[in-house]
Amino acid sequence: MAAQTPHQGDRSTVPAAAAVSRRRVLAATGIAGVAGLAAAGGAVARDAFAQDAAPAADAVAFRGAHQAGIVTAAQDRLHFAAFDVVTRDRDHLVALLRQWTAAAARMTAGQAAGGSGAVGGPAQAPPEDTGEALDLPPAQLTLTVGFGASLFRDAAGRDRFGIAAHLPPALAPLPHFPGDQLRPELSGGDLCVQACANDPQVAVHAIRNLARIGFGTVSLRWSQLGFGRTSATTRAQSTPRNLMGFKDGTANLRAEDGALLEEQLWVQPGDGPQWLAGGTYLVSRKIKMLVETWDRTSLAEQEAIFGRTKGSGAPLTGRDEFDRPDFAATGADGRPVIAPEAHVRLAHPDQHGGARMLRRGYHFVDGSDGLGRMDAGLFFLAFQRDPRRQFVPVQRALARSDVLNEYIRHVGSAVFACPPGVRDAGDHWGRTLFG
Amino acid sequence: MRATRTLALLAAGALLPAAAAGCGGDDRPAASGGAIAVTSTDGGCEIARTDAPAGTVVFSVANKGAKVTEFYVLAGADKVAGEVENIAPGLTRELRVELAAGAYQTACKPGMVGDGIRGAFTVTAAGAGPAVDPELTAAVARYRAYVKGQTAALLTLTTQFVAAVKGGRITEAKALFPKAREPWERIEPVAEIFGDLDPRIDAREADLEPGQAFTGFHKLEKDLWVTKSVAGSGPTADQLMADIKEIAAKAEAEALTPLQLANGAKELLDEVATGKITGEEDFFSHTDLWDFKANLDGSRAAVEALRPVLVARDPALVAQLDAAFAAASAALDRHRAGTGWKLHNQLTKADLKLLSDAINSLGEPVSRVAAAVSR
Repeated sequence: MAAQTPHQGDRSTVPAAAAVSRRRVLAATGIAGVAGLAAAGGAVARDAFAQDAAPAADAVAFRGAHQAGIVTAAQDRLHFAAFDVVTRDRDHLVALLRQWTAAAARMTAGQAAGGSGAVGGPAQAPPEDTGEALDLPPAQLTLTVGFGASLFRDAAGRDRFGIAAHLPPALAPLPHFPGDQLRPELSGGDLCVQACANDPQVAVHAIRNLARIGFGTVSLRWSQLGFGRTSATTRAQSTPRNLMGFKDGTANLRAEDGALLEEQLWVQPGDGPQWLAGGTYLVSRKIKMLVETWDRTSLAEQEAIFGRTKGSGAPLTGRDEFDRPDFAATGADGRPVIAPEAHVRLAHPDQHGGARMLRRGYHFVDGSDGLGRMDAGLFFLAFQRDPRRQFVPVQRALARSDVLNEYIRHVGSAVFACPPGVRDAGDHWGRTLFG
Repeated sequence: MRATRTLALLAAGALLPAAAAGCGGDDRPAASGGAIAVTSTDGGCEIARTDAPAGTVVFSVANKGAKVTEFYVLAGADKVAGEVENIAPGLTRELRVELAAGAYQTACKPGMVGDGIRGAFTVTAAGAGPAVDPELTAAVARYRAYVKGQTAALLTLTTQFVAAVKGGRITEAKALFPKAREPWERIEPVAEIFGDLDPRIDAREADLEPGQAFTGFHKLEKDLWVTKSVAGSGPTADQLMADIKEIAAKAEAEALTPLQLANGAKELLDEVATGKITGEEDFFSHTDLWDFKANLDGSRAAVEALRPVLVARDPALVAQLDAAFAAASAALDRHRAGTGWKLHNQLTKADLKLLSDAINSLGEPVSRVAAAVSR
């Protein structure tokens, strides 16, 4: 396990690159409008873009050794999008990744997707930016890209873009887990982009503009809105509750975990193809929760199912959330205090040779299901060094035995390899893969 | 047709409702002789000059009244050549409009209701007007020839369709319905210039307000496919024929601008994206792919007419357009059936997604044609 320096330092709230924030642009054009100098408004905006200006306050640095949006303190909102690549032309695909990188660098800094922005371009052309984030701050927007196995080889096994030789073995399709009810239209994808921000409009704006830039090269396959982070990714964040009302993911990997991140999160040189060193794997699972039946379950049974108390999140054998669960402890009746099928036992690193993941999921409520029930659940996202040794064994144990399965359904699934970070202005997403 | 009309934007010569704050400015042609000052008050509409040479005419409209106002330039009684809306009290907004020689009316509309305070405005032949790129003039001539060909086909096919309906020959009428619509759908952005005629000919039942009469192609479509009787369809058929004759004559006579060609090409693809892929257009007959193909053809014809201009100004865009048009045609060709097309309800969701992707891929470069033409 190569002990590289931890990376948290280069990921904190960092001054964004020079250029004016969306809010400042609006202010400038607003003044022009009030003065009745309609035609001058565009010129003001363009000039503003050309100048170096104060950095945006709540921007997360886009560039670094690793992609942002992984150990970054989990934001409140998500828009996740999976795309199919619809071109056969490798050059078009690489050109898109370059364009996306440039747009992502701009948007994460609080700027418009394209150079002339939402209002600075020619009046007869559609604006380069869709505009709904014009008066909004960066809101800690991060954009994280990943590549699915189907990008390397199609269903017939053909090498799509001359990169099949670089397919990492760990990007293997997930096995079928008992109880899976996966829907193809909510699963898979050649590319993914995870947009996280503290303002849902900023996250949606980012995905919308990237999708627009991608027309003709990629097509949106599925996407998911999420609210309310379900994980803590830094020590400063408290463990949030899932929609079942429980603290889940107490043992999450966090930004401060240093060498443990190298061991459990970041792909190391020698793990597989060199292009992915410094990257990571992302497993996404759309997990519907049957909240109506869960809500009719007694508190005692709910706590037995999780193996934790609902109030503090402490394991049933402890007093505090972070107390180590004592899986050997037995009660007066001689049975284990934490049941053999309890969620905390089945998912705990101790049961899987210490396997940890960096969970970064979000709640979803996609309206209702037409049968008088909420269409709600967990959009599970977990980053890890090798899904075969982390997500797969944990999920296999959960799928076999977890009592929680009575209340959840896995309906969507995907695995992506997230390349290392974009290093500098000349770098782009996927450079290490496509050369 | 679409539920919402962008008539004012598309209307003859309406280059720009140039007033929105922040619209880019330096790419527009300079007005000869400077802006014409218009002062709108709650009871008056003062115009500094009532004539201008042909070309780009710029009005600077100041609202000195207490009510929100609008300013229009009208060709004839009610054909909008250009407009600027929502001018708040105290504000000054600009209208730039391309006007050919002829008689116009101006109108201030304080309170934004009624016919407005009208005045006559004359545009004289441009002696030393701004030079027009002869390639643009040629492009418009090519496209007008295309429109003429389509209106001729529209008249012929509508005549046959109406005869079949009135003769009670339902099978024949059903076969002619999608065919008669093809020339119509190829030039629909031109038809939309003429206010009431387009909804009379092509309104969908769902677009109507309570009390509005349901007439035109889609009423006959409902008679043929749902009611399955044309016993009472005669008057609708006669009205359709009369309306088609009127619009054909108007469309042929209409002087178009290069910008209208460009915007029309985009509008046709928007029609595909919003009406045909969803199956809303031919809700009863499901013959949407005939309209799809016709919209695509019409869009391509407008772009083809502009090709020499685009080749000179933005060759990369031309390459992109050619590839995207070819891809969209190929995607649609997979659904040919006999001499026509599969019905909309025979397409799977996966089929529709491929078509939608093709139109989205094409729509983006086509949306950039207008800027290339107007610079």
